[in-house]
Formats: sequence, C-alpha cells, structure tokens
Amino acid sequence: MQDAFFYIFAFLTLVFGFLVIANPFSRNPVTSAMFLVLTIVSLAGLFVLLHAFFLAAVQILVYAGAVMVLFLFVIMMLDLKEEERRKIRKLGVVGGLISAGAILAIFLSSLLKREALLGAVQSPAVEGGTVPLAKLLFTQYLLPFEIVSVLLLVAIVGVVLLSKKDLK
Amino acid sequence: MNVGLEHYLVVSVLLFCLGLVGVIVRRNLLVIYMSLELMLNAANLALVAFSRYTDSLDGQVFVFFIITVAAAEVSVGLALIVALYRKRQNAHVEDLTTLKL
Repeated sequence: MQDAFFYIFAFLTLVFGFLVIANPFSRNPVTSAMFLVLTIVSLAGLFVLLHAFFLAAVQILVYAGAVMVLFLFVIMMLDLKEEERRKIRKLGVVGGLISAGAILAIFLSSLLKREALLGAVQSPAVEGGTVPLAKLLFTQYLLPFEIVSVLLLVAIVGVVLLSKKDLK
Repeated sequence: MNVGLEHYLVVSVLLFCLGLVGVIVRRNLLVIYMSLELMLNAANLALVAFSRYTDSLDGQVFVFFIITVAAAEVSVGLALIVALYRKRQNAHVEDLTTLKL
C-alpha cells in the first residue's frame, strides 16, 4: 500500500516538476508557478511517507502557502505578458542536458557501488512528529535556531530597502 | 520490490536535474527562480530520506533550516527582480547585458 503511494507521489512530483520548466501548452509564468505549487504538495506527500509529518505541514504552509503567494504577487505586479516565442538557443539546451546527464551519471555510478548505503536501517523507526523535532530544535540546535531568526530579520530589512522607490 | 532509500534518492536526483535544466534553458528570470526552488526541494527530499533511513532526526532539522533560509532567499531575490524590472522594464536574462564585454 505504502509502496503504491510512493510511486504515485513520485510520478506526480516528476511530472509536475517537468511542467514547471517546460510546459508545451503555455509559456505563461503563472502556469509554471501553479505547477510548482502542485510539485511542492506532492513532495509533501512523499515527506508523509517518510514519516516527516512536521516537515510535510511546514512544506505546505511555508512553501505552497507563503513563498508561492509571494511569487504570484510579483508576477502580478510585474504584469508579465505571455512570453513570446524566441529562438531556442541550441547551446543552452545542449549544455543543460549535458550537465544534467553528467549529474545523473555520477549519481547512478555511486548508487551501483552500494557500499555506502549498506549502513541504511532496513526497518526505520524514526518519527518526525512535532515533539521530537522541537526537542532537538530547542536543545541541541538552539543557537542555529536563534541565528535563523536574525537572518529573517536581515531579509526583512533588506527587502524593505530594496523595494524603496528611489533605489540609489 | 520494497521501496527503500534508493528509490527516494532517484526521485530526488531526477527532480534536481529537472531544476538544473530549467535554470540553464529557460530565460525568464522568474521561471529560473522557480527552477532554483525545485532544486532546493530535491535536496530537501534527499535529506529527509537519509534522515529516515539512518534513524536520526538531524536531517529533518537541517531541512527545517533550509526551508527557513529559502523563504528569506526568495523574498530578497524577488525584491531584487522587482527593483531590476523597475529600471529595465523586462525580466529576460538575454536583455540584461550590462556586464557583457
């Protein structure tokens, strides 16, 4: 049953991910953003299958909620027209496919040498609920947690500064 | 065949490659940015899978931090794109050639 769900969610993730970068029907950035939302939601499904319940919720709330709303706001604000078809750069496509193929080759060659993965637990018991994660976050990782809050403050100040009308 | 760590890693690496191709091939700045998000999410998936199959929660804490930093990164990056668009009225990487010799 779980395996069937894995294949469904993995398939959906990859199909939606493909539609983000290359949609044969529309070149409007809004459709890309919508498919990115769907990709993120199906990734959250995979997180649930991995028993990372808290992260699945955060993924939907923060990514599909906040980040994608920000994206759609900006697309709306810039009032982007349907992207006109330009000539596809052969060099860009070839370069992209070569680099992606190289990464795939490296990954597959390391996957075939299975030694590194032999340490993997066969029947894992770790549960990513809110309580165990919070215990770790507020004890062992307290300092990084506080630093991240400072980082968010810096981002807020930076965004306010950047979006002022008369940017020097 | 039981679904194991390898299956999740294959999905993750495929998603990463999709994002990489998107960054290189597409020329709309916003779509490039979305492809970057795809790559980040692929890395997240790999980390969560490793965390599950090595029986430790550290990977999930790491993903939590990555999501936070990605949110900050998106807000700053989109503000930069908006500022750029105000100056140039366009979001196409090919028309931004100030640094070209």
